[in-house]
Amino acid sequence: MASTEIVHAHAAPQGFIRKYIFSLDHKIIGLQYYFLALIAVFLGMGLSLLMRIHLIWPTASLPIFGDIKPETYLMFVTMHGTIMVFFVLTTAPQGGFGNYFLPIQIGAPDMAFPTLNMLSFWTTFVAFVVLIAAFFVGAPLHGWTGYAPLSAVPSSGPGEGLGADLWITSIALFCAASLMGALNFITTTLDMRAKGMSMMRMPLTCWAWFITAILGLLAFGVLAAGGILLLMDRNLGTSFFVPGGLNFTGQTSFPPGGFSPSTDLVKHNGGSPLLWQHLFWFFGHPEVYIAIVPGMGVASQLLSTFSRKPIFGYRAMVYAMLAIGILGFVVWGHHMFMSGMSPYSAFAFSIMTMAIGVPSAIKTFNWIGTIYKGRVRFHTPMLFAIGFVSLFVSGGLSGPFLAQPVLDIPLHDTAYVPGHFHLIMGVAAIFGIFAATYYWFPKMFGHMMNETLGRWHFFITLVGTYSIFMPMHYLGMAGQPRRYSQLTEVAYLHPLIPLNRFITYAAIVTIAGQFIFLFNLFWSMAKGKKAADNPWEATTLEWTTATPPPHDNFGGRTPVVNHGPYEYSVPGAPRDYVMQSDPATAQVH
Amino acid sequence: MATLSSTVSVKVPQTRQGGGGSTPPTFGGGGGDGRGGNGSPDYGERLRRARLGLAVGLTPVIMLFVSFTSAYIVRQGLPTLDVRTNTYVHDWLPVNLPWVLLLTNTVILVVSSVTMELARRQITRQAALAPVTSIPGVSLGEERKFPWLGITVVLGLGFLTGQWMAWRELAARGFYVATSASSSFVYLLTAMHAIHLAGGILALLYSAVTSLLRKPVEARRIVVDITAWYWHFMALLWIYIFALLEIAR
Repeated sequence: MASTEIVHAHAAPQGFIRKYIFSLDHKIIGLQYYFLALIAVFLGMGLSLLMRIHLIWPTASLPIFGDIKPETYLMFVTMHGTIMVFFVLTTAPQGGFGNYFLPIQIGAPDMAFPTLNMLSFWTTFVAFVVLIAAFFVGAPLHGWTGYAPLSAVPSSGPGEGLGADLWITSIALFCAASLMGALNFITTTLDMRAKGMSMMRMPLTCWAWFITAILGLLAFGVLAAGGILLLMDRNLGTSFFVPGGLNFTGQTSFPPGGFSPSTDLVKHNGGSPLLWQHLFWFFGHPEVYIAIVPGMGVASQLLSTFSRKPIFGYRAMVYAMLAIGILGFVVWGHHMFMSGMSPYSAFAFSIMTMAIGVPSAIKTFNWIGTIYKGRVRFHTPMLFAIGFVSLFVSGGLSGPFLAQPVLDIPLHDTAYVPGHFHLIMGVAAIFGIFAATYYWFPKMFGHMMNETLGRWHFFITLVGTYSIFMPMHYLGMAGQPRRYSQLTEVAYLHPLIPLNRFITYAAIVTIAGQFIFLFNLFWSMAKGKKAADNPWEATTLEWTTATPPPHDNFGGRTPVVNHGPYEYSVPGAPRDYVMQSDPATAQVH
Repeated sequence: MATLSSTVSVKVPQTRQGGGGSTPPTFGGGGGDGRGGNGSPDYGERLRRARLGLAVGLTPVIMLFVSFTSAYIVRQGLPTLDVRTNTYVHDWLPVNLPWVLLLTNTVILVVSSVTMELARRQITRQAALAPVTSIPGVSLGEERKFPWLGITVVLGLGFLTGQWMAWRELAARGFYVATSASSSFVYLLTAMHAIHLAGGILALLYSAVTSLLRKPVEARRIVVDITAWYWHFMALLWIYIFALLEIAR
């Protein structure tokens, strides 16, 4: 094995604070992101439980929050969405696993800019603290999408004052942090690959993190722009998003002689709420792919590894991810079919959206092609990777329906849409995170996770999440509105209550199942079976180094890459896998 | 540092410092600045990486101003409901910009871009000659060290002061932040540009501090180099903003 002396960018720190708190080591930073996301996901999950309980027992008094008023329910909606989208689905797959494994998989000693990397995590952390602070002053009602004018006028409702300011500040900080992270990921991928690691020899996980970073780089600046305009509308009296003639005084009857512009109406004029929606969704749609694309990378990696077969159509997989990323920037209008946009625009957005089905289908086809006739090893990470594909298909299939304005308009504000996006960007992405956790846990912590508990966790989560989100499609088609805090008072929704009850029970069971994972995670760190350096007999560079990897990842040597990332079952090779850094002589084709 | 896996043979001799520890590090060793702690870093590689990082990092800045521009153009063409008459009207009020003052500021910024470039070339030359001048007893004669960086900082601050005066002038003409959508955009675009330029000034001050801390000239050169490119970008960005505000009134 060829190796050369390298000088690592920075010496291994000695003190606890430099080593574990303000660490410059991408591996520690990755773990920091991961555990931040772990805290966030249990918080977000707790909020979803409260919502589900409130929906079927609307009069029940909940712990901490007491009697649930409609605005309290909307506060749950907002905080659940914001925490999950930003601090879980953006943080764990990219900031967590990407940070930990991108440099190792491309054979680099660290990220390109370690100080920036540290800054990125701590900015994310502060953003999270600011968001949680909104709870204590009354969190906003405007949902994770922050639609104006609700979000743009402090007097528009409870929680829209200081709470909304904190929410916007948190999002702005998160933008800055994500941009720093994206800059680091892109520079690292382009500039720090080991000798022989051409772009087309990178593991698909690296491609996924790279593409995700590009999406973040282009998208978060736009969200930041929207956030700045929103803060100006709220605090400087500008009217970017606030139209004239709005009355937020709480008067429900029209006063004789009409509202007085000086006392009853907001002091804004001429803004466009749709402008916010355009800016938000120009960011928001790529954000959906920021959540799911790393999962695609992990699924590709795992399906190939555990099927002992090369990935089916490596190049097609790369191009499909690129195509999904590019198309993701031209489809934002499909979130706005309800806005009365021109049918011509809607048509264009609709066609573009359905076009995403093509690269998605290529990916699915290739995943199935990868496991087809493979010698599949059903370890827990593989189960979650298969689960990812399953959820990607069942969540994705409702996409082309919603992409058509004529179907989207009746379905948009119903439970159908939460059913769709939870399956595809929520649960599928979470399955990607679980798969990555079970797969890389041995490398990160030096122990194996418990397989029996892992299987229990998998089956409970798979059956549970399908039981929660599949029926939502039917609820939506039956006309159950989303975001409503109380459904029991409406006659036409009465027949749907048993199904809602079923969903809540399924949610309780699924959430309970997550504690199996939590227990397994921490128990295995201490008591799990000792892991070998390459327990899955995988080919990529992280499995060539010690467990856990040393400070400079490769213990003073620089890996040299001679092979593609997925050379399994190569005819004539001594083992059924050829590692990327194996000597070139092992190559027989 | 030396946790080698069993399959790897240790390569000797080590021509570069660090790692094996054959020669004591020449400076630092703490890794406090993240890089260059335990050996002689490859400045060429670091410069290339920093430039790449800057090019990547400017992308979101471009996206930010693209977003503002699209919002500007959309808002300009948007009819507004007048609540008094209940009719749709065009309420876009062309801002009476103090264009002589802004033109002066533009000239100041462009000149500062030139001095920044001279500073960049000066330190590039110094960095190239550093290995020679570090040999004891070798001198290249008296090199005139013109304070181009200092002049750039002064001109940058002059530009910001000029922008502040332009804001005062706008206010004197009755255009406040919330007066009209058009004036909101004028303040927004100038303020966002000023904040980004202030970041460039901070970077220049940082490089001045590093020169006091006797960091190697090669390391300081990287800071100056990428700040110079950033500064040129800021000059171009300002010209774009000025043109947008003048042309699309």
